Amino acid sequence: MKVHEYQAKSLLARYGVPVPRGEVTDNPEEARQISKRLGGRAVVKAQIHAGGRGKGGGVKVARTPDEAYEFAKKILGMTLITAQTGAEGRVVQKVLVEEALDIDRELYLGITLDRGRGLPSMMASKFGGMEIEEVAAKDASAIVRETIDPALGMFPFQARKLAFALGLSGESFKKGIAFMPALFRAYTEMDASLAEINPLLVTKAGDVLALDAKMTFDDNALFRHSDIKAMRDLTEEDPLEVEASKFGLNYIKLDGSVGCMVNGAGLAMATMDLVKLAGGEPANFLDVGGGANEEQVKNAFRIILSDKNVRGVLINIFGGIMRCDIIANGVVAAVREMGLSLPVVVRLEGTNVDLGKQILRESGLKITPADGLADAARKVVEAVR
Amino acid sequence: MIWVGKQTRLLVQGLTGREGSFHALASRDYGTAVVAGVTPGKGGTVHEGIPVFDTVADAVRETSANASMVFVPPPFAADAVVEAADAGVPLIACITEGIPTNDMVRVKAALARRAAEGVAVRLIGPNCPGIITPGECKIGIMPGRIHKPGTVGVISRSGTLTYEAVDQLTRLGLGQSTVIGIGGDPVNGTSFIDCLAAFSGDDGTEAVILIGEIGGSAEEEAACFIAGNFGKPVVAFIAGQTAPPGRRMGHAGAIIAGGRGTAADKVKALEAAGVAVVRSPADLGSRMKERLGR
Repeated sequence: MKVHEYQAKSLLARYGVPVPRGEVTDNPEEARQISKRLGGRAVVKAQIHAGGRGKGGGVKVARTPDEAYEFAKKILGMTLITAQTGAEGRVVQKVLVEEALDIDRELYLGITLDRGRGLPSMMASKFGGMEIEEVAAKDASAIVRETIDPALGMFPFQARKLAFALGLSGESFKKGIAFMPALFRAYTEMDASLAEINPLLVTKAGDVLALDAKMTFDDNALFRHSDIKAMRDLTEEDPLEVEASKFGLNYIKLDGSVGCMVNGAGLAMATMDLVKLAGGEPANFLDVGGGANEEQVKNAFRIILSDKNVRGVLINIFGGIMRCDIIANGVVAAVREMGLSLPVVVRLEGTNVDLGKQILRESGLKITPADGLADAARKVVEAVR
Repeated sequence: MIWVGKQTRLLVQGLTGREGSFHALASRDYGTAVVAGVTPGKGGTVHEGIPVFDTVADAVRETSANASMVFVPPPFAADAVVEAADAGVPLIACITEGIPTNDMVRVKAALARRAAEGVAVRLIGPNCPGIITPGECKIGIMPGRIHKPGTVGVISRSGTLTYEAVDQLTRLGLGQSTVIGIGGDPVNGTSFIDCLAAFSGDDGTEAVILIGEIGGSAEEEAACFIAGNFGKPVVAFIAGQTAPPGRRMGHAGAIIAGGRGTAADKVKALEAAGVAVVRSPADLGSRMKERLGR
């Protein structure tokens, strides 16, 4: 789960990670008041989940409270298009108004899981403000890493190694080696899967602060962080994906025309691949899970069909635990209820497969049966042409 | 055959839950010796003819169980795995999906500590279908009937896609030595390499099917291992060739992050190691048949 910058900063501050003073608002007049409280000069930052906000015009430095008002008025409600939002952009609903600081250096600090070692790894680079992937591609040696065992915590020597590599000295060195273990504690104790401070700001006075903050949290651990869970902003997510999640369905919208309903994540990905190989484009990823019932199948079908780009549907089920007759009943019920006009190709395999096929056949509905994976993909791609 | 067989004596953690009960009985029906269940607070009772214990240590002492299948819900699953390891269970298959990554980091550390003390524990999963040696022992949620004893080893990060491959093999008359689902999470117990190393030394395994997916670098590491140490034919498929970057495709570990973990990279690495990589999962069985010259 992602959160906004202002939320990430408020969470980090709880762990003693230094962040600029600031307040969030959805109102230009309030932006003016916040700016006054901050002493006049302020940065007005659009709060959306995507990066690249500055280049898209979503970050402005105001010299006076009146300017803060003007910028907030302009940014609030605007559709911000950045490299990460896609062409449709995102509507800005909140701005963060922060103190404007004197910048000496901009660095990078991030923590994410090193999957190979099964441990979190802290990454630091002198190239703040640049995407870390870009830095890695240009010069991998520009990124220094420390793997940290959460059971042991971050050792002071690890922070010193990173601080030396970043070229910190004097006051900023002291502040830097305090910043890092605080960030690490925030990362592990809140079950984050990503904590990225980019840029990490060094001020002329030698202070070290999180100028920007991006945090992503482990969905599987949200049950023990109700406060973080409450920060979920549904307006930042695709409405169909939100709808699907209500029914325990794993749905991801894509751009193609072949709707896919599959059981199991791996098979769902493989089915998308098959559609592509057959010359079509998948409209979605949808995993109905291992124990879906008739109701879930119905809802899955409804969600697939709510995507206006869908011109045909491929249902691919390998029923291990899941019974094919349950799937068949769900499909028939959904088609009856929605009065389907699109071609539907169904490939069923597994427990009670004959009964499932019989239910489809006797339904009198226009459902094309398929034998095997390749046949199913070919039939549905032909049907949408 | 690797790791599980006729000698396996299985205990089930979470036996009295709905899922645990259903799959414990299905495993027993398949022929697995299911000797014990563990549900804290229900020790001393008997569930469907299987004695239930309060702790794994009790179950091991009373029944000599040497493998565990974990069906404990996500918030408590990591604890269950470490309890089994602590009781000396050498093989643990954790089926549970949705365990927090940090919990798995702790589990790995606990298992590493035991390994350093000379007690090897093999954890399979989590978030996996389990492990089966056809005709001998089934531990997990895979449909037993599609399997057939034979000489092809199967390793996979995905559940249903594994069934797909096994079904194809069986229909073509190719049986399986052992089929292992290593799970779809970013931190897991047993890697592709662990399985390949075991298959390499197993006379009953002639060839291996490897099913990977986007995210992480486990397939690239497997490719390195195959290039240097593996003498048997390998056929592979990588799911997610059409998956968009930055999106988690169902499995917690299936995500292309920062341009890394793409299907194209994995296919390239495996092909460079001499692996026959099929573009369509429908070709897994037939390509294996070809490689074996049958």
